[in-house]
Amino acid sequence: MTTTHHDAPDAKPVDVNDPKLSRFDVVKEGLRRDEIELITYESQFQGTNSKAEKRVVRNIALLFIIAGLAAFAFLGFYIFWPWQFELGNTTSDYFTPLLGISLAISLFAIGFAILAWAKKLLPHEVSIQARHDGASPTDEQKITGQTMIFVGDELNQGVQRRPLLKGAIGFGLAPIGLVAAAPLIGGLIENPHKGEHPDLFTTGFSAAKNGGNLVRLTRDDGTPIRPEDVSTGGQMTVFPGIPHGATNEYADSPTLLIHLRADDAAETRRNADADRRNQGSMWGNYVAYSKICTHAGCPASLYEQQTNRLLCPCHQSQFLITRNAQPIFGPATRRLPMLPLGVDEEGYFVATSDYKDTVGPDFWERP
Amino acid sequence: MKRRKADLQQAPVTFAKGVDERFQASTPLRALLNKVFPDHWSFLLGEIALFSFIILLLTGVFLTLFFDPSMTETAYQGAYPALRGTEMSQAYASSLHLSFEVRGGLFMRQMHHWAALLFMAAIVVHMLRIFFTGAYRKPREANWVIGMALFLLGFLAGFTGYSLPDDGLSGTGLRIASAIMLSIPVVGTWVSASIFGGEFPGHLIIGRFYIAHVLLIPGGLLALITVHLGLVFKQKHTQWPGPMRTNTNVVGERMFPRYALKQGGFFMAVFGTVALLAGLFQINPIWLFGPYRASEVSSASQPDWYVMFLDGLVRLMPNWQIYIGDYSIPPLFWPAVVGLGFFTTAPMAWPWLEARKTGDKRVHNLLERPRDNPERVGIGSMAVTFFLIGTISGGNDVIADKFHISLNAMTWGGRIGLIVLPALAYFIAVRVCLGLQQHDREVLAHGVETGIIRRLPNGQFVEIHQPLGPVDEHGHPVPIEYGGWVVPKKMNRVGALAPAVKGFFYPVEKPSEAPVSPGMPPVSGDTREEITSGRK
Ligand code: HEM
Ligand code: FES
Repeated sequence: MTTTHHDAPDAKPVDVNDPKLSRFDVVKEGLRRDEIELITYESQFQGTNSKAEKRVVRNIALLFIIAGLAAFAFLGFYIFWPWQFELGNTTSDYFTPLLGISLAISLFAIGFAILAWAKKLLPHEVSIQARHDGASPTDEQKITGQTMIFVGDELNQGVQRRPLLKGAIGFGLAPIGLVAAAPLIGGLIENPHKGEHPDLFTTGFSAAKNGGNLVRLTRDDGTPIRPEDVSTGGQMTVFPGIPHGATNEYADSPTLLIHLRADDAAETRRNADADRRNQGSMWGNYVAYSKICTHAGCPASLYEQQTNRLLCPCHQSQFLITRNAQPIFGPATRRLPMLPLGVDEEGYFVATSDYKDTVGPDFWERP
Repeated sequence: MKRRKADLQQAPVTFAKGVDERFQASTPLRALLNKVFPDHWSFLLGEIALFSFIILLLTGVFLTLFFDPSMTETAYQGAYPALRGTEMSQAYASSLHLSFEVRGGLFMRQMHHWAALLFMAAIVVHMLRIFFTGAYRKPREANWVIGMALFLLGFLAGFTGYSLPDDGLSGTGLRIASAIMLSIPVVGTWVSASIFGGEFPGHLIIGRFYIAHVLLIPGGLLALITVHLGLVFKQKHTQWPGPMRTNTNVVGERMFPRYALKQGGFFMAVFGTVALLAGLFQINPIWLFGPYRASEVSSASQPDWYVMFLDGLVRLMPNWQIYIGDYSIPPLFWPAVVGLGFFTTAPMAWPWLEARKTGDKRVHNLLERPRDNPERVGIGSMAVTFFLIGTISGGNDVIADKFHISLNAMTWGGRIGLIVLPALAYFIAVRVCLGLQQHDREVLAHGVETGIIRRLPNGQFVEIHQPLGPVDEHGHPVPIEYGGWVVPKKMNRVGALAPAVKGFFYPVEKPSEAPVSPGMPPVSGDTREEITSGRK
């Protein structure tokens, strides 16, 4: 680092132990050694203690004082302002905004004070430093390359001349690699198809989830539903009537139960009966569709009574209720599965079987 | 007494000597103190990202002291009356606790979230700066790749982060994430089952996301940021062309004290901005969304802004399902898996693609003005347009609702726009660049328009131009070589008119010198003549 660079021709090495040198001279010697040329280095003010300088200093001092005051204000608000949540408009509503404002004022003041200090008070400076970003000298490249190859050779020859070692290394290292992978694979990988009724294809409406009995449709509080509970043209979100049926335990089960007007019901029935899977799934003027969008699984929850469309709020797929809930717009490709409806001897809705189509977002091996 | 005082004064010197004897720190330390940095406002964008990341670390650690990443159901008994008695996960309950029962907890949550938004915004704008100025060219390709990886990691950090509170909105996001995994051909159901530990949502995902969010992803980010800055340091910052500036030097200020001080001040300003946003603007009011229920969603539920382009692409994707025998690939796969994968990794190859096309193997330490490379600006404008249309479409239901446009029209507009507008943007950007180039060259050749019209004896009107350089014997300007930097185009830029005086009601400082463009120093300011109307 002691070579002089052609960029700084006028700088000459100096003896830093020379007692006559000022501190700045020593610093400049450092710059020279770092190949830096100080082009401009001058005070921003004319003369010392000029009026302009005094004003800048006053402003910076003021900013620091504001920072301190705002910080105290922050602490004051933090400690004394009522902060516990209460209903309605209360003073505690202002707790967070006051913290934000006081902290922001404090931080801005410090920030601007420092910036003003750097920009207005420190001498104006332009320095030029040389870059060195060419490649290393070719002989250096060569030495390092040869060294690397040599290291490879050292290891390689050992193996090549000693076949036993080769085999033993292979035998020893491969299983260790597998040991590292085993807990990851064994622990993390889950088979989505395991069990007699894999969750992928089963919802809470499967009789298998209810000890073999048909599953009732219930509200989210678990109460069963009679046909007259849903008014004509109305709809209701229903869940399987099993323990935890309305929780995220059964995230694929939420179902939309719709009581259609007579003419819509007739059309819906005509279309359903023309379909192998949906045949006979309606009960009277009632139809039940899975609420889980076949696109990406959001609840398709916006029901337009006038047009008999069900709109999914996530990506705006639209399903036509009267036509087997076929998608008619948006990115969904598959209709919403229909839940086969019935009414048990006590007069409550039941699912006469689980969904016949797979519920929820689509995947590769869906039957 | 006297001896003691002398000792105290000597202590730092002794200490420093001791340090140097052990670590040989003097030379590298001096080189660090002396290192020269170039300065330009656009170099601060990356700093905003860095500072936001620091704020994220600080506030995030505070949040971990209270957050409980458990999906066990409890009945809420906390301070927020509207939800009392509701069944919810521990994670959601503890986020509510953080918001209502920890003093200043809501402020910290909001700072964390605002800092996350700012982090991603700064990364994107920083990336645009790098792209449009060609700063990624040799030798800085590695940092371009790291930058893209940082965007992807930041995206994942944000997504895992806003999934943590387990409120209605984040559950919907998780559901869609699970559907995206399911859409992968062949292994989709396995991927989803493995990540969620069985059927969606299961009981593990919040815990897993938690460790990813507070340890794995920040660890990765920290490592990449360290390398990123290390490379900036080693390779030295690029600089704009200008007087004295060459490809083999750096013109600027020494790192200490001025440059470092400015950075510190700027950090405080960024921190202050986040504090102000967090205090004044509510973000992610989880208590309004309620706990996640698979059966409920609020309409107009929008993800954070940096996820919206993905959401928009998903919305615009037509319902094309591919059937292969008994199997099929859902349309969700294309935008969400292929699209995200492609748009975050393919641009990594750009520096090499460009170098290959132009056959340029040189080292570039000087930036290029965007206008000087219309092709690049065109391609960048394509990408930006694509991203914007995706992002706007991510909120197309809100727009449709606000402006009473049919939703279906918005979707079709987006689909067509996604194909047509980027091409249009390319064309316009290239034209604009060429136009700007042309104007620069004109000014260099003929001088600055003065706004003074002169009538020639033959009745013709001409505008007088102020030459930027010397004139030949006929008074015609000698054309000046373009320097790759700003060409002054207004008279006060060349010092002919007094620059505006700063201050609102009264001048705050003495009228400063004409703003100097580094490329074109003002025509010597002292000897300027007043331009009069020509009548003496
Ligand atoms: C670049 C890095 C990061 C990003 C982009 C990010 C983003 C987010 C976002 C958007 C949220 C949701 C905030 C909300 O509740 O509204 C969040 C939550 C959270 N983050 Fe981060 N974060 C980052 C780093 C960290 C770090 C380093 C930690 C801790 C060491 C952390 C800890 C947390 C915790 C505990 C929560 C849950 C808090 C709650 O829900 O109330 N984050 N993060
Ligand atoms: S989840 Fe219903 S449209 Fe995407």
